[in-house]
Amino acid sequence: MPSQTGKLTDDIPPIQSAALAQLDQITDVPGLESWRIAFLGRKGRLTLLLKQLPAIQNIDERRRLGSAGNALKQRLEAVYEERLAQLKEAQVAHAVASGRLDVSLPGPPLPRVHLHPVAQTLRDGLAAFRNIGFPVAGVPEVEWNYYNCQAMRIPPDHPARDMWDTLWVDVERDGRRQMLLRTHTSPNQIRIMERSQPPIRVVVPGRCYRFEATDPTHEWMMIQVEGLAVDDGISMANLKGTLAEFARRIFGRDRKVAFKCDYFPFVEPGMELRIDCFICRGEGRLPDGQPCRTCGHSGWIEILGAGMVHPEIIANAGYDAERYTGFAFGMGIERIALLRHGVDDIRHFYANDLRFLRQF
Amino acid sequence: MRIPLSWLSEYVDLALPPPELARRLTIAGVEVAGIESPAGEWDGIVVAEVLRVDPHPDADRLCLVTANTGAGQQTVVCGAPNVAAGQKVAFAPVGTRLIDGHTGKPTLLKPARIRGVQSAGMVLSEKELGLSEAHEGILVLPPDAVPGRPLADVLGQTAFQMDIRPNRPDLLSVLGVAREVAALTGRAIREPSTDYPAQGRPAKRRFSVEISDPDLCHRYVGGLIEELRVADSPPWLQERLTAAGMRPITNVVDITNYVMLELGQPLHAFDFERLRGGKIIVRRARAQEKLQMLDGSERELSPDMLVIADSERALAVAGVMGGSESEVSAGTRSILLESANFDAASIRRTSQALRLRTDASVRFEKGLSRGLPAVAARRATKLFVDICGGRVSQDIVDVFPGKEKDLRITLTQERLHRVLGAELTKAEVRRVLEGLGFGCRWLPPDHYVVRVPYWRSDIAIAEDVIEEVARIIGYDQLPTALLSGEVPEFTPDPRSELRETVRDALCSAGMQEVITYSLTTLEALQKVLAPEDLATYRPLRVANPMSREHEYLRTTLRASVLQTLSRNLHANPGLTALFETARVYIPNNSDLPQETDTVCAVISGRHADRWGRPTGSEAGFYDAKSYLERLLDLLHLPAAFQEKHDFAYLPGRTAAVLIGQREVGTVGELHPRVCASFDIDGPVAMFELDIDALRPHLQPAVHYQPVSPFPPVEQDLALILPAETEAARPLQIIADDSLVENVSVFDVYTGPPVPPGRKSIAFAISFRSPDHTLTDEEVARHRRKIIARLERDLDAEVRA
Repeated sequence: MPSQTGKLTDDIPPIQSAALAQLDQITDVPGLESWRIAFLGRKGRLTLLLKQLPAIQNIDERRRLGSAGNALKQRLEAVYEERLAQLKEAQVAHAVASGRLDVSLPGPPLPRVHLHPVAQTLRDGLAAFRNIGFPVAGVPEVEWNYYNCQAMRIPPDHPARDMWDTLWVDVERDGRRQMLLRTHTSPNQIRIMERSQPPIRVVVPGRCYRFEATDPTHEWMMIQVEGLAVDDGISMANLKGTLAEFARRIFGRDRKVAFKCDYFPFVEPGMELRIDCFICRGEGRLPDGQPCRTCGHSGWIEILGAGMVHPEIIANAGYDAERYTGFAFGMGIERIALLRHGVDDIRHFYANDLRFLRQF
Repeated sequence: MRIPLSWLSEYVDLALPPPELARRLTIAGVEVAGIESPAGEWDGIVVAEVLRVDPHPDADRLCLVTANTGAGQQTVVCGAPNVAAGQKVAFAPVGTRLIDGHTGKPTLLKPARIRGVQSAGMVLSEKELGLSEAHEGILVLPPDAVPGRPLADVLGQTAFQMDIRPNRPDLLSVLGVAREVAALTGRAIREPSTDYPAQGRPAKRRFSVEISDPDLCHRYVGGLIEELRVADSPPWLQERLTAAGMRPITNVVDITNYVMLELGQPLHAFDFERLRGGKIIVRRARAQEKLQMLDGSERELSPDMLVIADSERALAVAGVMGGSESEVSAGTRSILLESANFDAASIRRTSQALRLRTDASVRFEKGLSRGLPAVAARRATKLFVDICGGRVSQDIVDVFPGKEKDLRITLTQERLHRVLGAELTKAEVRRVLEGLGFGCRWLPPDHYVVRVPYWRSDIAIAEDVIEEVARIIGYDQLPTALLSGEVPEFTPDPRSELRETVRDALCSAGMQEVITYSLTTLEALQKVLAPEDLATYRPLRVANPMSREHEYLRTTLRASVLQTLSRNLHANPGLTALFETARVYIPNNSDLPQETDTVCAVISGRHADRWGRPTGSEAGFYDAKSYLERLLDLLHLPAAFQEKHDFAYLPGRTAAVLIGQREVGTVGELHPRVCASFDIDGPVAMFELDIDALRPHLQPAVHYQPVSPFPPVEQDLALILPAETEAARPLQIIADDSLVENVSVFDVYTGPPVPPGRKSIAFAISFRSPDHTLTDEEVARHRRKIIARLERDLDAEVRA
C-alpha cells in the first residue's frame, strides 16, 4: 500500500507538466475547453486523482496529496482563466479585422414618404395658432348662400361678389339655388358664433372653392384657415399683435410685419398683413441686382386678410355689439406653402406627382 | 383705373415722389397696383422756359436758346424752326440718356461745341423723348408747366394704375384720388370750377323729367346746352383722356367722359332734337322692348331693366349704355345732359344680363353718391360752354325722389378706443377727418358728431369712421398688443384630432399623403361605385362647373386616389402606397350634404429587395391589411374582418372592417375591371375607412395589463382543417384558453400530404401565468383541452 500511495503523489508532476505543455499548443476557445475537460472536468485527470483522496488511509499521505493536488488545481484554473481571456481578446481582434463593412453602402431602403406639403404648412399654421390660444373647430364646406354671403354682408348683386366667384350646387330649394361650395372660410364666423358664447378664440381650416381659371398663382380649390376672436375688449391692437406673432412663428422671428388698409364686407376696419420678403429681405432685389420674384419686386409679401368683425355680424349672432368686439382673419395655405418652399406654380400641389411630393 | 399724375396734380400738390406717394396710398387702402412710366427714360429731363432766342453767330439755321431750367439759366444751341421765347419746353442737361433723333437709338448726351458755341444741353423733340416720330420741331409743353419740374410729371405720362375696392366708387375718379393724397400729405384740395354764365330759357320749360320707377332711379339731373358746335376736343383734353386710357371722340362725348374720370359720375348726352315729346321718362323696359345700342348691337330688354325713354321709345339702358338713335353726331346743335343716380344692384343685374360692362355700369353698380349728379352736371356744363361754345338754359332740371338727409354719425371716444386699442387726441381725430372732407365736431363730454361728405357713399356707421381715422394715421402707427383677458375654455375638436392621428399613422407606416380635388366626373364615380349605390346617393352636381373634369361632389375617394396612382405608376417602379384623408359629400335630400371624413389608401407594385429594387413579389390584399392593422393598432381599435362583396373589389379578396358590430370600412384587392378602367396593369390593394365612424369606439386611455414575471412556455401546434375554415376561428379558440398569453399563425399550407379539401395551419402558442411558473403537466392539460375543442368545433385534427 505505501508504494501505491507513493505512486499517487508521484502522479502530480507529470499531470502538471502535461497540462502546461498542452496548454501552450491551444489556439482557440473550443481547444481550451477540451483541455479544461481533460484535466479539470468531472472525469479529468486531476479530478480523478483527487477523487482517490478519501481512500488513502495514511493521514500524512492524504494531506500531502491533498495539498499538492489542490495547489495544482488552483494553478490550472488560474492559467485556464488567463488563457481564456487571451483567446477571447484575440477572437475580438480577429472579428474586428475581418468584419469591416463598407459603411458607404445604404441600408435597405424604407419608403420615402411625407405628409402633403400643403398639409404640413396647414399643420404648422394651426400649431402656431394653437400655441397662442386658438384651438381648431370644423364647419361644413358645402354651405348655404345665406352663410357664405348674406350673413357676411355680401348681398346679392353686390360688386363685392366679384371677389368670390361661386360654384353653385345644382339643387333648388324654394325654387332657387341656395347651396354652394363655400368660397371662403369666413362663413365659419357666423357658424361658430351661433353655437358658442364669448369669449371665443378659434381657428377653422378647410377647403374652399372658386369659379376661377387656374394659373401659376390661382387654384379653384384651396385650403384656408379662418380665425376668430370675440370678447369684451378685443381691439385692432390685439389683432395686429396676434397676426404679427403668427407671422414670426411661421416665417421666422426676424420678420418685419406691416399692415395696410383693405376692404372685406364682413370686417370694419379691414386690413391686410404683409411681411418683408424673406428671400430679398425686403430689398425687392436680390444681391446680384436681379428683381426678386418672390415678392414681385416690392419687398413685401401679402399673407392674409383680416379686420375687426363688423358690428352687424356680431349683432346678427345675438351678441351685444356695443359690448363685444372681435377680430377675424383668413389666409390661403397654398400661398404660404408656395412662399415657404419657393414653389413656382400653385398647380403642382394638387397634381400630386410623387416626384414633387417626395421632396417635402 | 389709370390716374395720370399731371392730371392729379391739378387738384392737389404732389409733395412726394411718385413711388412714395404710391406706397402711402396703398397702405391707406387706396391701392396703386403699378406706376406706369414714360416710354423713354426721362431721368433728369425737366421743364424749362425759353427766355430768349438769339441768332447763332456762325450759322443761319441755328439759334441760341437761353432758358430757365428751374436751377438757373442755360444756353443751348438749337436748330428747331418752332422755338420761341415764352415757350415751355423739355430740357435735357449734359449727361442725360436720350433717344438719338437721327438713329433712333438710346444715347448719352455729351458736352458739345456746335459751330464754336458751347451747348449746355438740349431742348428736345418728341422723337428724342421716345414719344413719337416727330423730329421737325421741339415739343412745346402746356403754358402752365413749372420750370424745373420733372418732365414726366408734366407730360402726364407717369400714371398710377389703381386697383380700387368695390366699396369706394368715389376713387374711380381723379378728384377722389386727389382727396386721398390731400388727406395723407396734409395739402389742400383744389376743386374744379363749376362756374358758367347761364342764359336762355329755363330748362324746365323746354323739357320735363318723369321718374316712373323711383326704386331704381334715385335722382335725375337734366341740363340743356344749345347752339353748341360738335368738333374735335382741344389738345389738352385729348391728351388727358389719352393719358387716362380713353380714346377721344368728339368734344361733347369727350367732356362727358372727362367729367366721369374727373368726378366719378357717369354722364350721358342725348341729341336734344331727337327727343320726342319734350319729355324724359325713366321707367322699366317693356317686355321684349328692343334698343339699338351705341356699340351697334341690338338688345332685347326685359321689365327688370331700367331705361331712359322719351314719350315714345327707349333711348338708353339706364346707367349702362346709350342708344344709337339719340346719339350725338357731327350735326348735333343742342344736347340734353343726363347726370343721374341709379339703383346699384339693378344696374349690376342689367349689365350682367346684357353682358355689357361699361365705364358707367362699373361705377353705378358700386353705389354712387346721390349728391354727385348735380355737381357733375354743373362741371360738365361749364366745360360745354368753354369748349363747345354752347348756350346754357338758366337752371337744371333736378328730380330727386331718393333725397336723403345729410348723414351724421355719432362716434364716442370710448368706441374709438375700444375698437382701435389706441388713445387718440381729439385734435388728431379732427385733423384726419377734416383732411378727408368730413365735418367733425366734438360734443362734450364724450363724443364726436361726424358729418359725412356727399361723395362718400361707403360710410354708414361709427366703425367706418374709425377705419378712416386709422388708415390715414396708418395702421402701423397704431399700437400692437397680444391678446389678454379671459382665455376661453378649451374645447378640443375630436374630429380633427382623429383625422390628424390617422394621417400620421399612415405616413409613418410608409404611405405618401396626397390631396386631390373634391369634384370629379360622374364617369369616374361610375367606375368604382355600383349603379344602385349611385342611384341611392346621387352625387351632388355643380351647376356651373369650371370644367367637365370637376363637376360632381365625390361620394367616395376611390376614384381620385386611383387616378393619382395611375398617373404615378409609370414613373415609380417598385411599391407605390398612397392615401388621402378628406371629406366625402353624401347627399341629404335638399338639405346640406353630410360631410364624412374618410381615408382611402392604395398599394400597388412589387416589393423591394435589400437594395430597393423591385422583386417578383407583388403587393396584394395582405399588404393593404398590414397598413390597416398598423393604423388600427395605433388607435387601439380591435377590428374583425369579414369577407364581403363590393362592386369595385375582387370577390374572395375583400373584407368588411368591423369594429364592435359596425362596419367601418373595406379592405381588399380591386377588381381587374376597375384597375383597367384607370389604366393600371397590376393588382391594386385598397382600404377605406369612415373616420367619423371610428370615433365612438376610441378609448380615452388604454387600461394597463400587469406584466407577468414568470417564464412562458412556448409551443407549436399544427392543425389540419377544412379548407374553407378561416384562421380567425381556431385563433379565437386557442386564445380563449386561460393560460394562453399569445397565439399567432406562422404557416399555412395546402397540398400533399394534406388531403384535398383540407389545409394545414401552424400556430405558435405562448402559455404563461401571471402568478406562478407553469408545470409541464399544467400546460399539457390545457393543450389537450384546446385540441379537444378544436376537434369538436372545427373538425380539426392535429398534424403529426
